[in-house]
Amino acid sequence: MTTITARRRKPKRPVWQERPKPVTQTTKSASILVILLIIALPIYSVALTSFSTQASINIAGGMVVWPHGLTINAYKLIAEGGVVGRALIISLAITAVGTALSMVVTILAAYGLSRVGSFGHKTILWFMMITMFFNGGIIPLFLVVSALGGFEQYWALILPSAVSVFNIIVMRAFFMNIASDMIESARIDGASDWKILWRIVLPTSKAVTAVIALFYAVGYWNSWFNILLFMPYDSVKWPLQMVMYSYVTEGMSFPGSGTSNVGQYIGSQQIAPLSLQMAVVTLTIVPILFVYPFVQKHFTKGVLLGAIKG
Amino acid sequence: MTLPAGALLLVFGYTPMLGLVMAFQNYDLYDGFLHSPWAGFSNFQELFTDPGFWQAFRNTLELFSVQLVLSFPVPIILALLLDGILSRRLRAVIQSVVTLPHFFSMVMVVTIFNQVLGGSGLLDTFLRSHGVTNPPEIMTSPALFKFLVSGQIIWKESGWGMIVYLAALAAISPSLYEAAAVDGASWWQRTRRITLPGLQPIMVLLLILNLGYALTFGFEQMLIQLQAVGPGAAQVLSTFSYENGIVEGNYSYGAAAGLFLGVTSVILILSANKVAHLLGEDGLYRSRK
Repeated sequence: MTTITARRRKPKRPVWQERPKPVTQTTKSASILVILLIIALPIYSVALTSFSTQASINIAGGMVVWPHGLTINAYKLIAEGGVVGRALIISLAITAVGTALSMVVTILAAYGLSRVGSFGHKTILWFMMITMFFNGGIIPLFLVVSALGGFEQYWALILPSAVSVFNIIVMRAFFMNIASDMIESARIDGASDWKILWRIVLPTSKAVTAVIALFYAVGYWNSWFNILLFMPYDSVKWPLQMVMYSYVTEGMSFPGSGTSNVGQYIGSQQIAPLSLQMAVVTLTIVPILFVYPFVQKHFTKGVLLGAIKG
Repeated sequence: MTLPAGALLLVFGYTPMLGLVMAFQNYDLYDGFLHSPWAGFSNFQELFTDPGFWQAFRNTLELFSVQLVLSFPVPIILALLLDGILSRRLRAVIQSVVTLPHFFSMVMVVTIFNQVLGGSGLLDTFLRSHGVTNPPEIMTSPALFKFLVSGQIIWKESGWGMIVYLAALAAISPSLYEAAAVDGASWWQRTRRITLPGLQPIMVLLLILNLGYALTFGFEQMLIQLQAVGPGAAQVLSTFSYENGIVEGNYSYGAAAGLFLGVTSVILILSANKVAHLLGEDGLYRSRK
């Protein structure tokens, strides 16, 4: 019993493999450490700067790596409302509504197309797949959405990208692999297609549903260009990515804060503009960190699907 | 049940395709697709004699190839490195750290790069405080832009790309290694004769699929940095179409560039898949079955 737990805790090197030389071992550990630092250090510094006082930022001469004074004033300012707080809520709402809509549409289409021999099944599949290879491009899409009255409207940020044919096909492949005798026997017992989808198909494909929902959600959360295209002027309506682009990447000054060199004040304390900018970046990362662990275990499956198609 | 998806694709996928007739018109906002005057191929004639277009064409090819050469091996090296770690927990930790940036938007990646490599970023202040008076302006240099683009892609996507290779590594039968070791094969011989051939199919597949998207490469990434770096280095075909069509309001001209891009991309993707099939791989789609 003890040997088993011990082995599980410390997996053994296969007998045929020689022990690596200390030099190799050190080089390997060092390169892994460097790789981790390259990824983590910038993210850490962004988060730390968002919690730093103006004095601390001045000591560091910009981005903070070693804390000298911490404050949550940047977040307090955001919580008081204004452009960032509003953008955060808008982004969350678009992601929630968009993901829900995309999932409903995708699941329905995938289930419909997974019933081989259903009406027009091959034609519809081709009809959908053609859009994966060819599309009208940005300009006709812009004119079509504008003609439908979508300019500066929230639905223009959701509907045009609501369906991913790729996701439909991936999900359809999963649905087709579900044991057909289970579905057949349900049908003989008089279950409708809706009931089969809800009671059999969906419960047996939780993993793929989770992964695809994550992909859609990340897609909506991260989308930026469609905001630039369909909602370029009305900054009051902007989601977080566009706020980040304008006020951080492009360095526009926050509304009401004068030039970007002058901070805003809470009580008598000055808010460093840099910490406010980094708070925007941090707030954009946080929701991703939040969902990440829940879906991470399905990644391998998800990536493999993306690369090879199961 | 396919109706909602079909309707969305009809409106936002197929209607814009019909709208591409505007590439052969002098499109006017008030006349619309139906009543704008026809222009024949004049938009395309203008396009193919436009130095800006050829500049964008060259930039696209240059940025894409440099990026491909530099970023393609990184996930493989990462996978080999990670595969050699015995502790499962350590592997899991490393894997979750390196895959994280895949879920960041391009705006976020550029912003983070700005804070590290840009003026008064981490590197800049570090160099200045260590006596370097004129640190390189990495984020705005046209000459360095191809390497910056590659660096951003490597930072963002290497960890994600690694997962595929890790799965491929796990699929190689350990008995091969065992037999090789019994025969006295060294680490390098095992890597060269067993590991790399085991990874080869997936490497070929990913390379070919990558090539299929060469011309539409990097739209958001370039658009975000277009102003900072300038069109001489950062204008690619897709941003060229957008800048001319939407920003300049020259709709027909932009659509003509877009149509050129769409048609050449379809040809590229289909031929890439053909090559994949010829090599015995499943491409983006399967022709059989």
